[in-house]
Order: sequence, then structure tokens, then C-alpha cells
Amino acid sequence: MALLSNTAVLLGKELRTEFRSRELLTTTVVFILTIVVLFSFTFDPSVSDSRRFGPGLLWLAFLFAASLMLQPCFLREQNNDTLSALRLSVNDPFAIFLAKLVANTLFLLFTQVLLLPVFSILYNVPVLAAFPQLVLVMFMGSLGLSVTGTALSAISAQARMRELLLPLLLLPLLTPVLIASTEATAALLVPNPALRWDWLGFLLAFDVVFLTALWLFGEYLLEE
Amino acid sequence: MTPTVFSPTGIRFENIDKRYGGLYALRRVSLEISAGECVVFAGRNGSGKTTLLRIAARLARPSSGTVSFLNGGEDKGGTLPPAGFVAHATMVYDELTAEENLLLFARLQGIPEPAARAETLLREVGLVDRRNSQVRTFSRGMRQRVAIARALLNEPAVVLLDEPTTGLDTEGASWFAQTLRHLRDSGRTLLMSLHGESEVSTLATRAIRLDAGAVVADTLTGASFRSILAFANA
Repeated sequence: MALLSNTAVLLGKELRTEFRSRELLTTTVVFILTIVVLFSFTFDPSVSDSRRFGPGLLWLAFLFAASLMLQPCFLREQNNDTLSALRLSVNDPFAIFLAKLVANTLFLLFTQVLLLPVFSILYNVPVLAAFPQLVLVMFMGSLGLSVTGTALSAISAQARMRELLLPLLLLPLLTPVLIASTEATAALLVPNPALRWDWLGFLLAFDVVFLTALWLFGEYLLEE
Repeated sequence: MTPTVFSPTGIRFENIDKRYGGLYALRRVSLEISAGECVVFAGRNGSGKTTLLRIAARLARPSSGTVSFLNGGEDKGGTLPPAGFVAHATMVYDELTAEENLLLFARLQGIPEPAARAETLLREVGLVDRRNSQVRTFSRGMRQRVAIARALLNEPAVVLLDEPTTGLDTEGASWFAQTLRHLRDSGRTLLMSLHGESEVSTLATRAIRLDAGAVVADTLTGASFRSILAFANA
């Protein structure tokens, strides 16, 4: 129970500081919109083109946006050494990770849902027919990005070449999540959309494995 | 400061080593600090003062050796409430108000009636009128007041202070010294590292000098006591 109540308190703090500074959301939304708009003008894709490479483009944009969003996740705890204050205050350090990864997932999901109508208009791909299923896939994919990214952000924040280290570790590790998310999204953008349970199952397994690893070993990532 | 309910607690460091790769930050440090003592650690940069305090706060794990908290002569291990920790960094969020910061840490520590506790502490550190201002708008001295309020949320019996007066002006340092005097007189155990001239060092009842991670002098009174305090103030 202490874990859940600490997580709720910390999640409230994450949301409050973000909505006050708008540091992460502004950067991410602007970045994703720029990519999607730029590609639509460059390629001028037909509907079939969009259905073929649209999901890949979307998830590539989400990946870069996530790496932008995840970088400061633990870095900003170092400004005033607030991470030490959190470690002194919580019983289970997993609460710190859990709050951050839930906040990151929500921020990513928010940006994705914001982007979907823009993508639909610019690329002539109807998304309303499978909107709830798309949100489910985006949630599972975002959770995968956030779980891995939050853990690696904690590692890279203490390293010397931190700006370089996070994308270097993150990109190869997230390739399976990107493949699964792209395939599941592609199956929802065709004329007869269908949920690909095999890819969703894969995403679920990935999320559970990394979440368990974070729960077991997260404490060591925060140590000096 | 408000009358408190903590029970006097001491600290025992036994053969503490701390290595970062091949570099020793601490070498076989053994100390017993009795409840109610006010100890000043002095030493050059890199002598191990901060590392020792962070180990006492359980923020860093020693490579070997043990730290235990002594309550009524009995070793309580990690069962006592965590020590209060104040450092040069304020350890509070700039984007939150003074009150929000205290409420956040009070809720995380499971303190009953967090709002009342936060208000009491804000009143004691003289920030009750600025409770709704974001910490980013505060001066260095006001930030350090929030920091000490945060450290005292759980009524700790032991307070660890790592160069807490760095960057404070004369007035701020004077307020800080006054606050620490109250804490010392209330029976709390204080361990602090100092760097630079400060009237805080006059509160010390014991002075310990570290050099290259080892204790080279440990005294309660006399000429060497004064020389260590002079070193801390240098």
C-alpha cells in the first residue's frame, strides 16, 4: 500500500511540475508535428502509400519524441539533488520509477492522441473506425518505451556522456517494441482493421519483463 | 523550534571503507558519536566529509564496514526514522511552492496530518507568508530555510548537514546558526561538515579532522579542538 500511495503522491508531483513548466510536452508536441508535417509535404503520399509507411513513420517520430522526453526525466532531479530527498523519503525506491514511467506514458499517449487527427488529415488515412484499438496499441507501445527509457534515463543521468548514452542504449533495445507497435498499428489502418493480438501479446510480454526487472533491480540504478 | 518527541540517538561507524574504483574516499573510519553531540567535520576538498555524511544518511553504501544508530545504548540498525539531511543543494523542487514541497515530502514519509506539520515548520522557519510562492523565486537564504524545514519533517533525532552555510550571507548564516543551536539544545545529534568561515562552528562540542579519507584528529576540547575549527573556517 505504501508503494501505491507513494507512487500516487509522486505522480501528482510529476504532473504538477510538468504542467507548470511545460518543458517536456511543448518540445515533444512541436517535434512530432514538425516531422509529420514535413514528411507529408516531401512525399505527398497516396492513401496506399500512407497505409504502407505511415505506421513506421509514426512510431519513428514517437521514438525520437520519447528519447527527447526521457532524457531530462532523471536529469532534472539532479539540479537540486532532489533525487536524494526522494530516496530518503520513500520506503520503496520502485515508487520513484513507477511514478516517472506512468507520467512518461501519459505524456507520450497525450502527444500521440493529439497527433492522430493531424496524421489522418495530412496522410488521408481514416483512423476513427479503429480509434479505441489504436489508443490501446499506442498505450502498450508507449508503456514499452517508457519502462525501458525510464530505467536507462536513471543510468545515463549519472554517466559522464549522458546526452549521448541514452539514445545509444535506448534505440537498439527498443527495436522489438517498435516492430511490434508498427505492425499492430499497420493492421488497424487498413480498410478492414483488426487487432493483431500476437503483436499485442509481444508488447505485453516486453512490458512485463522490463517492469519486473526494474522492480527487482531499480534500487541499484539510483545508488551512488 | 517546537518541543519534539524523538528519542536521543547516537551513531556508530565501524571500519568504514568507501572506494570508487581504485580510489579510496574513506579508509577504515571508526567513530562513535553519542546522542546529543554536535560534531564538526573539517578537512580539505576530497577528504571524505561528504561521503561520510551521505553514508550516515544511507544515501551511499559503504564498500565495507557498518553504520548503526544507537538508541539508549541499544543498536537499532535501520529501524529508526531516517536522519534529517541538509546539504549545499537545497533538495527541494524549484517549480513547487514552499508548502507544496513540504506537503510532498511529508506525504511520502507518511507523516500524520501533513498540512499541519508543514504549516508549523513554515512558521518556525519564518516562511509562512511566502508559503504559496514557488521556491524558484526565493533567495538562497530562503531556499535553505525550506531545506531545513524539509529535513525536520519527521522529527529526526539525528541531523546531518553537509556544508549547509555555503552561499549564505551573514544574516542567513546567523539565522542558520540560531536554528542549529535550538536543535542542539533540544538534544538532537548534529553532524556537519563546514567549509568557509561560519559562526555555526561555534556550536560544536566535538571536532574531527579528515585527511585523504582517514580520521587524523578527533578532539573534544583544547588547542587542537580550536585548530580544527579554525581549519573548518579557513
